[in-house]
Amino acid sequence: MKLKLITAAAATMMAAAPAMAELVFPSLSYRTGPYAANGIPFADGYADYFTLLNERDGGIGGEPIRMIECETGYNTEKGVECYEATKGEGSLVYQPLSTGITYQLIPKVTADNIPMHSMGYGRTSAKNGEVFRKIFNYPANYWDGASHAIKHILDVNDGDISDKKIALVYHNSAYGKEPIRTLEKLAEKHGYELMLLPVDHPGQEQKSQWLQIRRERPDNVIMWGWGVMNQVAIQEAVNIRYPMEDFIGIWWSGSENDVKPAGDGADGYKALTFHNFGTDYPLYDDLREHVIDAGKAAGAGDQVGTVLYNRGMYAAMLAAEAAKTAQDIHDTANLTPEMMRDGMEALEMTEEKMADLGLPAFGPEFTVTCGNHGGNGYGAVAQWDAAAGEWNMITDYFQSDQEVLAPLIEADSMAYADENDIEPGCN
Amino acid sequence: MFYREAGDFKTSYQDDNQTFPIKFDRYRYYAVLLLAFAVVPFMVNDYWVNAIFMPFLIYAIAAIGLNILVGYCGQVSLGTGGFMAVGAYAVYKLMTSFPDVSIFIHVLIAGAITAVVGLLFGLPSLRIKGFYLAVATLAAQFFLVWLFNRVPWFYNYSASGQISAPERTVFGVPVTGAETSAWAAYLFCLVFVFLSALVARNLTRGSVGRKWMAIRDMDIAAEIIGVNPLKAKLSAFAVSSFFIGIAGALFFAIYLGAVEVGEVFGINKSFLVLFMVIIGGLGSIFGSFAGAAFLVLLPVLLKNTLVGGLGWPTDLAAHLELVIVGGLIITFLVAEPHGLAQLWRVTKEKLRLWPFPH
Repeated sequence: MKLKLITAAAATMMAAAPAMAELVFPSLSYRTGPYAANGIPFADGYADYFTLLNERDGGIGGEPIRMIECETGYNTEKGVECYEATKGEGSLVYQPLSTGITYQLIPKVTADNIPMHSMGYGRTSAKNGEVFRKIFNYPANYWDGASHAIKHILDVNDGDISDKKIALVYHNSAYGKEPIRTLEKLAEKHGYELMLLPVDHPGQEQKSQWLQIRRERPDNVIMWGWGVMNQVAIQEAVNIRYPMEDFIGIWWSGSENDVKPAGDGADGYKALTFHNFGTDYPLYDDLREHVIDAGKAAGAGDQVGTVLYNRGMYAAMLAAEAAKTAQDIHDTANLTPEMMRDGMEALEMTEEKMADLGLPAFGPEFTVTCGNHGGNGYGAVAQWDAAAGEWNMITDYFQSDQEVLAPLIEADSMAYADENDIEPGCN
Repeated sequence: MFYREAGDFKTSYQDDNQTFPIKFDRYRYYAVLLLAFAVVPFMVNDYWVNAIFMPFLIYAIAAIGLNILVGYCGQVSLGTGGFMAVGAYAVYKLMTSFPDVSIFIHVLIAGAITAVVGLLFGLPSLRIKGFYLAVATLAAQFFLVWLFNRVPWFYNYSASGQISAPERTVFGVPVTGAETSAWAAYLFCLVFVFLSALVARNLTRGSVGRKWMAIRDMDIAAEIIGVNPLKAKLSAFAVSSFFIGIAGALFFAIYLGAVEVGEVFGINKSFLVLFMVIIGGLGSIFGSFAGAAFLVLLPVLLKNTLVGGLGWPTDLAAHLELVIVGGLIITFLVAEPHGLAQLWRVTKEKLRLWPFPH
């Protein structure tokens, strides 16, 4: 028994010793709680991509990757616990997949010098990298999303929506409130009438909101929902026979989980996206060979190829590419969080790079700079085909209305800088 | 043997009335204080403070507050989350409006503001009791959360409706904001816990507490012997809300740093604090600490054993954690319906007689 203990202790020490030269990627996931249905595919995609890199390439630049998973349950208190538990392990970048936890961690990661990437969520004004030195939200943010939706509606209506009424159905939280200011500004510019319909967490009860939509008949409905709220909203829209092609969800309201419960009624529902769908990519062949068929897939392995799985994989891919960039800049394979930050700030995603990775045309092209931590704001619109059971992109990637967004981001980030005595700058 | 009254002579009323009449208890209490104030701050790191000590200390204050209302005065309340939110938003408005005033004073004023709000929502208690009162306080919970979500003035018109704590210092040492060191946040909370427990303990031992308990045990009898139910009930609501407000203020400013009212101060928080009070023991200050420790520390401990120690998948561990905590709650309450405090009391009784029980 004693001998066993000693061997076990020795084994753990030996296992722990090379930990110094690993690239540590924490995954603050949620596989339990009210948003688990969406948290699981994202976490699986995130984990599987890193497993693939380990199995196929032996990590990034020869350094093996160690992913630490920590369950947050979408709960901010558990998120703090997870952050504190993992930050000492040499974590390179945090991706909490929760706007609430992101807000929580912004001051903490800034003080601890660890970068955070909130991909398509979190605090929009973190795009201004001169104020938010450690926070990144490329390739697109909520305000981009709001603008994408309006641009798409403009396109559909031949550029004139001055007589239109647009309703926003949103999760009544920091996340759902994000687009309001942008939509108000855009309403001034384009002359449409904005109607706000908050839905309280978790969003199972939306009868009154949809009754109002039925009564006032807005020309378009935009939705900012997450988890069960999406399914309920789409079902309610089907129930009142709201035309699905006039109903646009943000990218967090556009997964299979959201549309499938409504069956054929959801056919034609639109959602924004900043990455492509399906498994028709060369990367998936490698993924099958090295991860899925080898029995190394994360979770139950049944999420492969879903929208949120692809998004988790995309997040991991961007993190890995930033790590490669950082290794090039600092000429070392062994990264620290500070080096990782430099890598993220110099990240450049081009078509060739994505094709090399086996993901041609998977996401928009973008460049990150010190002044712009949010990429170029490209996104696309996808539509649900209920018969085929798949999402299809119906537009190319197009840019958000930077003319409106830039001053908003400037104002909000400078307000944050004033509140927290931050001197904006690139050093 | 060593835990007994014999040989510990009381020669004054003051000695006779002290909180810990047994010498061993007294020294244990001093030892705990010494440990908490003089030893722990030198040993803690970020993880210990942010994941373990701070939630424990802050929930202990909230549990003390709720225990005064539910345990001592017998008025059921489900509005704890809402009252904590009042404390949090009060301290946020104060911090941002008067940046030069000490955060220590802000937290106390936030407690006072919550006391006023609690007083208002305590008014129905004069007419209704039991389950009906629980429903009235439930209304407070939902109304307050709705209010802080709806009126932009409370969150200074920020785009997301989140409030986040700017940096504030005590004696030049930051206690809120990102640059806070672990020991400073810990000590700041500890001071409030110490003062709250001291005040609560002495209030409940004195005439005010006796009036509360008289109302709890039988309000008509209490009224006949001269206890004013209006004053007793409203004072219980005010004092209870004061502590809960302080807990809410610390929860936002020191512990989380950024808060979204619906997520952090929702109905779940009310239930959590109520469970702490029930598991710890109604009508006991020690019980408040025990209940808070049980519900804060146990999940963290289980998580670290299952995921960190045994390497189980995180989702399995998270689900199992709920099962184990739930199972333990039922086991404890079946074994001792009056909570952990009663277990402690029984142990002490046994210790007094040990080793000669007859």
